Amino acid sequence: MSMTLPLPHVPPHVEERTNYLNVDYGWKSWLFTTDHKRIALLYLFSITAFFFVGGAFAVGMRINLLRPEGVFQHDTYNKLFTMHGIIMVFFFLVPSIPATLGNFLIPIMIGARDLAFPRINLLSWYIYIAGGIFALTAIVEGGVDTGWTFYAPFSSTYSNTHVILAAIGVFVSGFSSILTGLNFIVTIHKMRAPGMTWGRLPLFVWGHYATSMIQVLGTPVIAITLVLLGLERVLHAGIFDPNLGGDPVLFQHLFWFYSHPAVYIMILPGMAVISEIIACFSRKAIFGYTFVAFSSVAIAVLGFLVWGHHLFVAGQSMYASMVFSFISFLVAVPSAIKVFNWTATMYRGSISFETPMLYAFGFIGLFTIGGLTGLFLATMAIDVHLTDTYFVIAHFHYVMVGGMVMAYLGGVHFWFPKITGRLYPENWARIAAAVVFIGFNLTFFPQFILGYLGMPRRYATYASEFQVLNVMSTMGASILGIGYLLPMIYLAWAWRKGPISPQNPWNAKGLEWEQSPTPPPTLNFVEPPIVTEPPYNYSGEEH
Amino acid sequence: MGVFDIFPPRAATSSIQVDALYVFLLAVAGVMTVLIFFFVVFFAFKYRRKEGDPMPRAIHGSVPLEITWSVIPLMIMMVMFAWGTKLYFEYYTPPKDTFDVYVTGKQWMWKVQYPDGQREINELHVPTGRPVKLILASEDVIHSFYIPAFRLKHDVVPGSYQTYWFEATKPGRYHIFCAEYCGTNHSRMTGWVTVMDPAAYGNWLAGSATGSMAEQGEKLFEQYGCVTCHVLDSQGRCPTLRYVFGHPVVLDDGRTVMADEAYIRESILNPNAKIVKGYHRDIMPVFQGQIGEDGLLQLIAFIKSLSPKTPGTPAGATGPEAGSSKQGTAKQPQKQ
Repeated sequence: MSMTLPLPHVPPHVEERTNYLNVDYGWKSWLFTTDHKRIALLYLFSITAFFFVGGAFAVGMRINLLRPEGVFQHDTYNKLFTMHGIIMVFFFLVPSIPATLGNFLIPIMIGARDLAFPRINLLSWYIYIAGGIFALTAIVEGGVDTGWTFYAPFSSTYSNTHVILAAIGVFVSGFSSILTGLNFIVTIHKMRAPGMTWGRLPLFVWGHYATSMIQVLGTPVIAITLVLLGLERVLHAGIFDPNLGGDPVLFQHLFWFYSHPAVYIMILPGMAVISEIIACFSRKAIFGYTFVAFSSVAIAVLGFLVWGHHLFVAGQSMYASMVFSFISFLVAVPSAIKVFNWTATMYRGSISFETPMLYAFGFIGLFTIGGLTGLFLATMAIDVHLTDTYFVIAHFHYVMVGGMVMAYLGGVHFWFPKITGRLYPENWARIAAAVVFIGFNLTFFPQFILGYLGMPRRYATYASEFQVLNVMSTMGASILGIGYLLPMIYLAWAWRKGPISPQNPWNAKGLEWEQSPTPPPTLNFVEPPIVTEPPYNYSGEEH
Repeated sequence: MGVFDIFPPRAATSSIQVDALYVFLLAVAGVMTVLIFFFVVFFAFKYRRKEGDPMPRAIHGSVPLEITWSVIPLMIMMVMFAWGTKLYFEYYTPPKDTFDVYVTGKQWMWKVQYPDGQREINELHVPTGRPVKLILASEDVIHSFYIPAFRLKHDVVPGSYQTYWFEATKPGRYHIFCAEYCGTNHSRMTGWVTVMDPAAYGNWLAGSATGSMAEQGEKLFEQYGCVTCHVLDSQGRCPTLRYVFGHPVVLDDGRTVMADEAYIRESILNPNAKIVKGYHRDIMPVFQGQIGEDGLLQLIAFIKSLSPKTPGTPAGATGPEAGSSKQGTAKQPQKQ
């Protein structure tokens, strides 16, 4: 068009553009919304609340472990670690990145106006909240003491706590996870914009695609397992308790058939975020895009075949253990591929050090340690010594907190301008990232040593020679706690008072930055988006 | 243990083996961590953004590199796999001729019984230089019998016997921990293993026995009426139990099973699960819930004693051929 229309000059502060945040006000506009971005925010606030509930339990645990003889009653401590695990795993880690950042970004990244099933998306949040209410009721009523793993026959016959309420909470919230996964799969298959081929999908989307597969295929198994547990606890059907004719090891097979893939539900979205951040702050296309994308799929597939590595000392056949050990080593390969490719992406890049990139560095370092210590546990003779000790706790937290929570915080900072339309205070954020990194290592590194020395997990009291390392760990946890509170404060402030963000503050590639206004309007785009270049085309190559 | 120790005491052959493998893993993990940290820090510094940098050229990847950094780690991991698997199979495959100790876990204590009849709680005494096999039973929930100084543990699963074996090397007292969460006082379900040299151990064993486990088992054998059918010196309504333990048994469905602790336990608690060829089901009462785990272990010790390790000890006795275990071939039982 050669003709240009004379436009009246409107200063930006006079008339705010309509976006998904200011299009409507009032609680109804939020609780009945079908906008994936608003649902993402509902999730964001809910999982943040659960994160601090779960964190409060961890504070209680670390206080108890300051002294070898403990501070609280044994039963209290047992409930603290159980509820910490249940809340953090099922109500924070599983939904964390997919239900917030994934929900917000996947439609925009592929050029869609919403998810395929917007009302099911809202339903999944309500189901999540319903499950959460059951879990919180179990807590308020006096708690659960089975450990988050619910091992039978302790949980089905012996425990006198609110096992059924907690199990219903986990059971119900599982449907939320299934529905979110289903929604993502259909959306990614059917709603990509013209030109958005599978080979042009951002790695964020690939990671969520693999995650969704696990959610849809794996979650029903935990649901079935919990139903069987309930049948035995309430009706004394003999399934797991040998006194009723059941088999306790069967429970562990069923439980880990979901719960091992579930750790990939928790880490794959983290890896997905890191790929986006590294590319943006290196100004480079991801090295080995295809390998990074398909390594997510490989992890999802192989992840279903390694559950038995939780049972090396539980009484399964030695030959079964051997096969599970072998496949557990295989699944380490795609994870290693990702780390190597991220590192290679930085080669000859133009690297800057804003907060999201600091979290990505933290992720690579901590995930590397978490992944390598996983090899120790896959090595059967070492696992015999280390399983059910603090080594496992440290390994798990290096992956889940050092990996996933770092990625989550990195992602929240990276897309904060997109979500809120405002910029966060960079220096405060950098300080907080450093505090989190230091606090994390001080908390969990001593636990590797404690584990090899033989301190079992889930101990309310412990032998006195373990005290020094436990006190170090508690000190680290105090620093880590401050590190988590800081972003709460400055992000809440920035949401209201932070400087207005331009559309693309990082000069990042991707539909969400380049073609969608910041913050996005309800239907995400003003013009229907068209994709004409590969992802991460920072160098501006012609195609 | 000092503040800066990263290894627990080494008190068995297994602890040295596991530590060697652990050091190998630490070395590999250390090298990998240093490599990755080095490249991340080096690239971050070398390629940090400067004023007026041109946009970097894209590098889309390299298949040879991808293959290299997949295959080399995989090969190193296969060494870990093979090494770890070899040791694992060793620890859970007891050699012949072990000294057997029976451990029962219950909320929240460990009950330990020895073949000669000693019993103790939360204490385990073992000699150096001799393979010791633990036979682990649980009366309630899952526990796990963990001895960090030996680098060994195994879950104690109700409804089954689990075993592992070790050879202690260094006299001393070492922790026993319950490693599988089992309820309120899980962290108090701890004890001590005392490793003694063989001479001291002999004295200790001679100390305070009130009849061997086998003798206690024999009393139960009479008390529960087993003796009326399982006549020891001739053919009764039920299979004789002489020379059964440690030998193959042919079942009525044609299968052959090894008569080990688990088989005997199952045959007491649920006799119809496996019927010896030539006998009928529903003859023997079901003892599920009738006999405690301690008593079961004593009965098993008694049945074991009917199959001395060197056949022919009872004068004129001949070990049964495989598949003819129902035959009562032994003569008069010989009290030791």
